[in-house]
Amino acid sequence: MGDDKVVKVALIGNPNTGKTSLFNQLTGLKQKVGNYPGITVEKKQGICKLNDTLKAEITDLPGTYSINPTSLDETLVLDTLLNSTSESFPDVVVVVVEIENIKRNLLLFTQLKDLNIPTILVINMIDQMNRKGINIDVNQLEESLHTKIVLASARKKIGIQELKTAILSYKKLDTTPVSNITDRIDKEYFTNLKNAFPEFPLYKSWLLITQNTEFDFLDANQKALVLKFREDIGCIKKYQHKETILRYQIINEVLKDSFIVDKSKASDLRGVLDRVLTHKIFGYVIFALILLFIFQGIFDWATYPMDLIDESFASLSSWLETVLPPGTFTSLIAEGIIPGIGGVVIFIPQIAILFTFIAILEETGYMSRVVFLMDKIMRKFGMSGKSVIPLISGTACAIPAIMASRNIGNWKERLITILVIPFTTCSARLPVYAILIALIIPNQKVLGILNLQGLTMMALYLLGFTAAIFSAVLLNNVLKIEKKTLFVIEMPNYKIPSIKNIFYEVVEKTKAFIFGAGKIILAISIILWFLASNGPSTFKNAEQFITSKEENKNLSESALQKKVAAYKLENSYIGYMGKTIEPAIKPMGYDWKIGIAVISSFAAREVFVGALATIYNVDSDSENSGSIKKRMAAEINPDTGKKRFDFPTGVSLLLFYAFAMQCIGTLAIVKRETNSWKWPILQLVGMGILAYITATLAFNIFS
Amino acid sequence: MFKTIANLQIGEKAFIEKLCLDNIPLKLLEMGCLPGIEVQLIQRAPMHDPLYIKVNGSHLAIRKETAEKISIVK
Repeated sequence: MGDDKVVKVALIGNPNTGKTSLFNQLTGLKQKVGNYPGITVEKKQGICKLNDTLKAEITDLPGTYSINPTSLDETLVLDTLLNSTSESFPDVVVVVVEIENIKRNLLLFTQLKDLNIPTILVINMIDQMNRKGINIDVNQLEESLHTKIVLASARKKIGIQELKTAILSYKKLDTTPVSNITDRIDKEYFTNLKNAFPEFPLYKSWLLITQNTEFDFLDANQKALVLKFREDIGCIKKYQHKETILRYQIINEVLKDSFIVDKSKASDLRGVLDRVLTHKIFGYVIFALILLFIFQGIFDWATYPMDLIDESFASLSSWLETVLPPGTFTSLIAEGIIPGIGGVVIFIPQIAILFTFIAILEETGYMSRVVFLMDKIMRKFGMSGKSVIPLISGTACAIPAIMASRNIGNWKERLITILVIPFTTCSARLPVYAILIALIIPNQKVLGILNLQGLTMMALYLLGFTAAIFSAVLLNNVLKIEKKTLFVIEMPNYKIPSIKNIFYEVVEKTKAFIFGAGKIILAISIILWFLASNGPSTFKNAEQFITSKEENKNLSESALQKKVAAYKLENSYIGYMGKTIEPAIKPMGYDWKIGIAVISSFAAREVFVGALATIYNVDSDSENSGSIKKRMAAEINPDTGKKRFDFPTGVSLLLFYAFAMQCIGTLAIVKRETNSWKWPILQLVGMGILAYITATLAFNIFS
Repeated sequence: MFKTIANLQIGEKAFIEKLCLDNIPLKLLEMGCLPGIEVQLIQRAPMHDPLYIKVNGSHLAIRKETAEKISIVK
């Protein structure tokens, strides 16, 4: 390999070691998130300039405690390091350990060393060294671990240059293992293993046979050998046990002289905070207050940027319509693409605010306490303490929420969490709820202070959560999946959050939403635009038909235009779709116009409002002034002579939007995360039936 | 009856006697839960589950069902 090539660096370490801080320091904004081929985990990569001529491509591998994976994310670390012929195989591995948990962190380091890959050890958070009373003999440690050590504090930018220098001379790194561990486990067994796979480092062969996955880079002969070794599972478990004990022994021996801790200097801030934050009463009170604060952020603060985005996109559309020549192309841009992009961008404020809070809670170490507090309760519903974060995220958008469920190690708990997340009230439902509530619930105070409309909104949130909990209980009883407990969480020390880390985290999550969900929302918007702006012959003759009608002779130009638009929509493909489904949605109290809005909602639920605005031919840019509301309030149901959006229909619609799985983006992400169509189809059908039944019941009870 | 981590009082320390990979995840061992190592119960979550323990310098939370499978000696 020539020196002009980019050095491939893999960053590996336990969670909570400041690995991400280090990655951010090395790469800055030159980061990109891609996908690993065939699997769903994001690949975080960045470019780092080592000197004037040489660059490093740094991959931030998911945090893991050991090379033996227990979750999807961790599997990636193993796959990357075993497949030495792959293009993403690193030239050098940088292992990040944290000064306070160095003993446990080094376990992973000793495993990696056994793979004979050039390895650099970064001891992070050395700024804490004096405060914690720690003393390190770096030279001695380097010698006994056969490695290059860099002392660093990623947050304080200490040691970054030294690390770059160390990466530059990666070819001179010692690749011998820390200790010949296999001989100490069982010499005979491992000699056999060595002879079976003479082409691999011995520890690599051991990893191949201890994992339960199939490795694609092996040939048929090697695969058969692997399976043969795996037959003796009892032996493998025994030796894994022994291996771990031996590794800790080796680490203890190494650290005995070169890593000295003066315990008298340790402070007990952690103990005090833990007692308060995990207290059986205060713990929950504090968590509830934090949640309240987060919701305040999502619903109140986010409305300002959201209104701004809404108005900007609406005026951009109308401006384009005036400057561009009229025609299909302009219509596609102004009515398909721009509103489609607007429909994606509108969610960014809420998503960014929510993930800022979540990042802060995670960075401080508080999230682990929430998991600890909530685990037992969540388990009653078939979920895990780790399901709490995804469920909260679901109040912004189900898509990042479902992705946040990856660290739930137990498959059944993870699956249930994924399946029930879409019940939580996501931000796309808000505009729909807002307009329906304004139509059917009087704006008056109850008990002097509480607003009836606000209470209804809150009731809908509770309804979403209740539906999530009930369906979780149901799924827990129905799904026959073996429950293997893998619940071990680290309770990290409390830290002051780093603004830089939070910023990068929020940028990454928002990007994931824009490029994951955004693409689908945009695509559906364009399809819907096509269906709404094209139709059979009656559609094409709309203008002629309307202008020739006697009653329209005296109308002004703009009134005529609106009539034409409404007639066109009625006779467009989507209009026909609405009419086709009318018999099916009639029991819920909807007509074909509402049917169109419901179909359109499959892009994102909030499209409901815009679709109705078009159907009732009001200017879509006057949505905010309440004209759509007035128009909806005036709409009469020809069958009954009463208001179309009366109380029964309104309640029916609210229930339908609360329960129905109307988001293609979410379905796509569930398919991706569960690797099967079975689960998204179950969601679509199950939630659809629930929505249909409750909406029909409500409509008939209140009518 | 043998004692397990689940029997510890808050603040109480003991030594891990044995654990078996047949019913304990390897991950727990790798995080420092090993025979002969001192373990301290720091806190129990409300409803007595999970348990917050300190072992080998690590602070971990494990479920009661796991703790019940790790026997201890004083």
